[in-house]
Amino acid sequence: MGALLTQFFNLQIMSEAAPLIVRGLGMTLLVCLAVVPLGLAGGLAVALVGRSRAAWVRWGAAALIDILRAMPPLVLLIFVHAGLPFAGLRLSPFASVCVAFFLNTSAYYGEIYRAGFESVGYGQWEAARSTGLTGWQAMTSVVIPQAVRNVLPDLVSNTIEVVKLTSLASAVALPEMLYAADMARSLTYNPSPIVLAGAIYLILLWPVVRLVSRLEHRLGG
Amino acid sequence: MGSRALFIETFFKPDLILRYLPDILQGMLVTIEIAGCVVVTGIALGLGLALLRSCGLRVLNAPIVVFVDMARALPPLVLILIVYFGLPNVGVSLPSFAVLWLVLSLVLAAFAEEIFWAGILSVRKAQWEAGRSTGLSFGQTLFYVVLPQAARLAVPPLTNRTIAITKNTALGTVIGVPEILNQATTAESFSGNATPLVMGAVAYLVLFLPVVIAGRWIETRFAWRRA
Amino acid sequence: MSPQRAILDVRGLRKSFGASEVLKGIDLRVEPQELVFIMGPSGSGKSTFLRCLNRLEEPSEGSIFVDGVDLLDPATDINATRRHIGMVFQAFNLYPHMTALGNVTLALRKVLRHSPSQAQTIGLAALDRVGLKNRASAYPNELSGGQQQRVAIARAIALEPKIMLFDEPTSALDPELSGSVLAVMRDLQACGMTMVVVSHEIRFARDAAHRVVFMEAGMVIDQGPPARIFGPDASPRARAFLSEIAR
Repeated sequence: MGALLTQFFNLQIMSEAAPLIVRGLGMTLLVCLAVVPLGLAGGLAVALVGRSRAAWVRWGAAALIDILRAMPPLVLLIFVHAGLPFAGLRLSPFASVCVAFFLNTSAYYGEIYRAGFESVGYGQWEAARSTGLTGWQAMTSVVIPQAVRNVLPDLVSNTIEVVKLTSLASAVALPEMLYAADMARSLTYNPSPIVLAGAIYLILLWPVVRLVSRLEHRLGG
Repeated sequence: MGSRALFIETFFKPDLILRYLPDILQGMLVTIEIAGCVVVTGIALGLGLALLRSCGLRVLNAPIVVFVDMARALPPLVLILIVYFGLPNVGVSLPSFAVLWLVLSLVLAAFAEEIFWAGILSVRKAQWEAGRSTGLSFGQTLFYVVLPQAARLAVPPLTNRTIAITKNTALGTVIGVPEILNQATTAESFSGNATPLVMGAVAYLVLFLPVVIAGRWIETRFAWRRA
Repeated sequence: MSPQRAILDVRGLRKSFGASEVLKGIDLRVEPQELVFIMGPSGSGKSTFLRCLNRLEEPSEGSIFVDGVDLLDPATDINATRRHIGMVFQAFNLYPHMTALGNVTLALRKVLRHSPSQAQTIGLAALDRVGLKNRASAYPNELSGGQQQRVAIARAIALEPKIMLFDEPTSALDPELSGSVLAVMRDLQACGMTMVVVSHEIRFARDAAHRVVFMEAGMVIDQGPPARIFGPDASPRARAFLSEIAR
């Protein structure tokens, strides 16, 4: 028991590593602030493009989404960070993370929005248009509010995934929270700093996970 | 060299493709093996936890909910590093692929439990009453009446979530598991050329694109049954 | 009679979905304040025809003039024209995320650009006409089916349309609830609204319709005053259909 505590919950080491980790937390939050809005916007754009009347546009969008969903985010990140320089495009770790995660999350948010649109019956659109509302007005006042409401648990759930995704940025040496914690681990040969980082993730995300569960149960599976 | 030739030379160099193809294929094998094991153990464990939870014993529910919440709130990479670096120092020595399998299974189990549980909850009470009123026991009603309906509801979200989690086998590269990404990045630094990276990306597409498309088909097929 | 006099003038309307032709050349004139009742077996194309009249379906051929405006002309502002054509759907299609009043005033605010207080006044008046002013702040899921359909009617009449289209307005309602909706429709007709109604409610047609049109397989088989269509002089297919649904 004692061994477990000194290995995983070594308070001494945790307190020494804390300042470093908190600085990493700042970077984690910064990445979230950049990627989540980008992904939400990108996803909406993808979903709207997917409703285009031109079949080839729809197919192109669907193919792009499937490719992005088939690619592990870490692979995409490494590709952007280590592969693009060969083509002459060298991005900073932060920029690489933003680009790779923007692509990945746009695909997932796009799928969620698509399900949302499909959940709003076509009759709603027709009713709105039949009173003379333009296509744009019908979308913004009638269809999109209902679509978002219907897929809210999935949107929140995916946002949780994005926050967790930021931990991958440690692989390209972006000094976010896990990178800082791992650095502390390698200096102390003790994983407690990573446990501390985990605890911080829990504090951030556990309440949101509970919230999503409750939303999901209320909508009845 | 013209720019098209330069592009091919940088990203699709033929002799590098030949040289590293065996390594990439080996990596694909490792990925498939680990992903397969994760899917089986993760879903089985998740289903088991959901069934336990449906017994309604408070003393069981609390630890299940705590475990599930934690596994859903923590980034898998954090868990992998904690287990990989911590266990050897308390005397448990697991090879890196076992660590990867263990962590991903637990994470998938947690998500699967939530999905099955939501499915069980959404089968209407009337179904339970119908079963019990014909004399079926709790267990029989659960197994023959409720679970089949819950399982049908669970398939679309479960497919989605399983794909997302098996893609995390790529995280194995951080702890040295010789899966695709590991092989690709090693080859890239040896050869100083981006071709192995492209090969790795293509390998992932070859593995997961069919799965994603099949998953889409499964979702639509089970969606209309849901009335 | 010049085309300008009729509220609705449809000539040679055809509609195909892919290879199958659903409307095979429909002609219809509707005079002001007329109530035209369209009936026929399912698959006869009557709903499709109605939905062409505000271009929810695009006709393949033919012409549609609403109060002199060419509906199918690309230069016509369809959104402005739709304001003059009220539509009531079988499934009500109320916006679930808005109150009854919200449903009625949305187009008033966005299409007619009324101020919120103006829109509210007009909206409440429309709800009053259908007898639901006291439920203005209720959400659709708090209303019965009949009430929802009446809100849907209020939503259409608030825009002061020149013609109202009803697509099987009571088919989704229990018989007890359809009475209130039919009463509102009779009220509208008494106030002089021009109406085209697709429905199975024969009694309503007998009491209120000026003209009954019988459609089958994409064509108008017979039309005339209710007394004739529901009497022994109607065409054989019309009589066969009526005896079917009378059962």
